Amino acid sequence: MTILQIVALAGVAIGGGAVVLAGDPLRQAIVLGIFGMALTMLFFVFQAPDVALSEIVVSTVGLPVMLLLALRKVREQERERERGEDE
Amino acid sequence: MTRTARLLLFGVGAAGFGVVLVYGLSGLPAFGHYRGVYGHVLDGLGVTERHATDLVTALNFDFRGFDTLGEEFILFGSVLGVVLILREMRGEHERPREYEADEHTFGGASEALRALSLVLIPTILAIGVYIVVHGQITPGGGFQGGVILAAGPLAVFLAGRYLRMRIVAPAVLVEIGEAAGAMGYALVGLAGLVFAGVFFKDFLPLGIPGHLLSAGQIDLASVAVGLEVSGAFLVAYSEFLDQALIISGGSGPEDGEGGKS
Repeated sequence: MTILQIVALAGVAIGGGAVVLAGDPLRQAIVLGIFGMALTMLFFVFQAPDVALSEIVVSTVGLPVMLLLALRKVREQERERERGEDE
Repeated sequence: MTRTARLLLFGVGAAGFGVVLVYGLSGLPAFGHYRGVYGHVLDGLGVTERHATDLVTALNFDFRGFDTLGEEFILFGSVLGVVLILREMRGEHERPREYEADEHTFGGASEALRALSLVLIPTILAIGVYIVVHGQITPGGGFQGGVILAAGPLAVFLAGRYLRMRIVAPAVLVEIGEAAGAMGYALVGLAGLVFAGVFFKDFLPLGIPGHLLSAGQIDLASVAVGLEVSGAFLVAYSEFLDQALIISGGSGPEDGEGGKS
């Protein structure tokens, strides 16, 4: 195993922990994108460029965007519910 | 359940998991010592039999093309599910005023971000098309390229222009593209059945390895999958964006219940 591979594995381990430990869902979505980048590096140094190519777009663009939009929708619903209770 | 009972349960589970994990890891082959026979056989067949220099794409779109047909329709079905769940429900309504405001002010996209996305959009599209059509030569292919292509219109949204994104990628066109891609891949398989006698058997000339038009049906299948995947992702993005930016929940509690039923 080369040093590069060990670094990539360590990056994924740290990134995975960081996603779990990031408390706020909004922050979690961003950390998830960075974790996806670490996964991409892992796939690349372990000679799976095909998987790395899908991973880089899905995990750094696709997934965070959908999460952020879902969060926005949920917060808006909460706000509307609060407004309904106030009336 | 008390704290002690929970810890006890966790302890038993963790111990069992640890034993099985150590047992399993001790039986693994050493790092870098791949034992799969099938993989070694295919390694030698990619270039000689299919004239494809990227074995992963050759595997996906030729050697096990039938599996990919199933996978493609998994994506198709799941996007259909997203659309069904996220479509406008009873008690929800579009926000006409904010809808117009979104076009100009949403996200407060800065000039720098807009300039960046102006550079990003053509670059992303060019890379996506390159990856789709060079699937049989270099790493990549229909799925990877399709996902990258779908990120292009998303960069238009990044520039704070959601409505412009709908003009660049109108819903009808995106849906037709997705359906045509899914159908196109199945048609490639059927063409194999008609012209070569077997479903998903190569029916096109194999060409010279490394050339753009080589590896028979793989390129055609890759383009079809690219169309399907980019369409599928754009449909999903549009539905999520509609939900978050345009469709608003019911104003009263009665409407809310109506939405649930």
